[in-house]
Amino acid sequence: MTLQTRNISGETEPDPSKPTAGGRKFHHKAGSFAEHIIVWFMFACSILSIFITVGIVGVLIFETISFFREVTFAQFFLDTRWTPLFSSKHFGIWPLIAGTLLTTSIAIAVALPFGLLSAIYLSEFAASNVRRAVKPLLEILAGIPTIVYGYFALILVTPFLQKIIPDLSGFNALSAGLVMGVMIIPMISSLSEDAIYAVPESLKEGAYALGSHKLPSIFQVVLPTARSGIAAATTLAISRAIGETMIVTIAAGQQAKLTFDPRVPIETMTAYIVQISLGETPAGTLEFKTIFVVGFSLFCMTLIMNILGQKLAKRHIGTTE
Amino acid sequence: MIRINPKISEKLFVALCVTVIALPLILLIVLIGDVAIKASERISWHFLTSFPSMKAEEAGIYSALVGSFYIIVLTGAVSLPVGVGAAIYLEEYAKKNLLTNLIEINIANLAGVPSIIYGLLGLGIFVHMLNLGRSLLAGGLTLALLVLPIVIMASREALRTVPPSLREASLALGATRWETIRQVVLPMAIPGILTGSILSISRAIGETAPLIPVGAVAYMAFLPDSLRDPFTVLPIQIFNWVSRPQEEFTLNAAAGIAVLLVVLLTINAGAIVLRDRYQKRTR
Repeated sequence: MTLQTRNISGETEPDPSKPTAGGRKFHHKAGSFAEHIIVWFMFACSILSIFITVGIVGVLIFETISFFREVTFAQFFLDTRWTPLFSSKHFGIWPLIAGTLLTTSIAIAVALPFGLLSAIYLSEFAASNVRRAVKPLLEILAGIPTIVYGYFALILVTPFLQKIIPDLSGFNALSAGLVMGVMIIPMISSLSEDAIYAVPESLKEGAYALGSHKLPSIFQVVLPTARSGIAAATTLAISRAIGETMIVTIAAGQQAKLTFDPRVPIETMTAYIVQISLGETPAGTLEFKTIFVVGFSLFCMTLIMNILGQKLAKRHIGTTE
Repeated sequence: MIRINPKISEKLFVALCVTVIALPLILLIVLIGDVAIKASERISWHFLTSFPSMKAEEAGIYSALVGSFYIIVLTGAVSLPVGVGAAIYLEEYAKKNLLTNLIEINIANLAGVPSIIYGLLGLGIFVHMLNLGRSLLAGGLTLALLVLPIVIMASREALRTVPPSLREASLALGATRWETIRQVVLPMAIPGILTGSILSISRAIGETAPLIPVGAVAYMAFLPDSLRDPFTVLPIQIFNWVSRPQEEFTLNAAAGIAVLLVVLLTINAGAIVLRDRYQKRTR
């Protein structure tokens, strides 16, 4: 590293290499020309993340506008049939949204009680060595690729459920949703555990001092205090479930149907994108544009949930401080 | 009103919690057991070194394994320098201003975008706009963008573990900002950065959804020669076998899954061993 061309950096120069430590500026030696190049490269790297977002939104909106030149808003929002591949084409988005909401609801119905009870147990009851052993085990569930869960849902869970529910179809929202729920348990569990952990000890001690036992203090003091954090965890989990692709593609079917019957084949928004992408659909055709319209709807839904989740998480930090 | 003894109700509650934690773990064991039993009927040297075939017993994962290897090398080669660069900038240089704030919010939101959307991004930008076609390069770049936010977050986490006092000492001795980073901060943070990045990038090995719009093919009877050639990866090959109605292909899918899980486990274990070894050396 050469140290020759050093000079004191001027205050007026808008230089990203200028350091701040704890908000306090201090004079330092500016680096060589090579150092400036490196700093600008790193600056460019961090700006790239903004270009990714611009790229995503740009691509989705570009094709979406092009789609709505051929299809009206009424056809998209007011029709209840989604049949872009049939000879009588319909472009009503609701069957895909219904399919997505159905699998998501089933997943959350599993993941929320399981995740929350795990979190309560790990933060309030488990000995620290039990906690250290169980947490990584639960994390494994989150690390398994979704294609493996898809296999699990289709090959193992559906045949098993068919023994209990005889008229369960080979592809159905139920087993896809259940398996997706198992996948999401660690997400709800670890975020809720953080929220419960942040509840001040003094509140619990207050409850005990008033003669409360452990369970009432958990349900009447700890959980209500942590509710924003738990709501944040649930919201982020919903976003995750809406965007989940492989499990629902493999196990829930590819028939866009406006139904909330968990026993029959349905199609989610993500599964539709996969279905069209697997075929050779030339760019510029209406079918090609449909995947971007569906993608844009999906992007908006997950973005709203993510922003809501972050807001709730912030409020949680506010209430426990 | 019947009042249950609080001690008993507490015991019942704990029993319920333990059941609830055990159930998904039991399912995990059932899943792994099933995969292991079915995979044992297929896994052989032949399975690892053969191209896909219409006959289930003869079909193998050679092109998928090679494709996964190429894709992950590409993903790492792009996302590691860019991710670490962005992390160093944000941790060591960025002022607290509107732009930095925007970048940080943006990275947090990108991490929550569904992976299939990255597939559409890749299809729109790499495949069509930059005219890379349905190629290895388009797939690798798509996955690089997908893992970039988590690589940045993991690397920032590692940089934050280096105490500020060391930076101040180095600057006080007359080193420039970059000299401080290169000779003081990075040597301490590298194990954490590497472990975090490897774990983030390894997630790309299991990704199926984003590569479907980008056009990973399900039937590759040859190996890609250049970055512009078509490709397949292990999860895509498994997806293809799972989707087939014939039962004998289920065995192939299970064997593919077994290989995928072993690869992931090896990489994760490797990353952790690497971190431990590095930490011992620097202390």
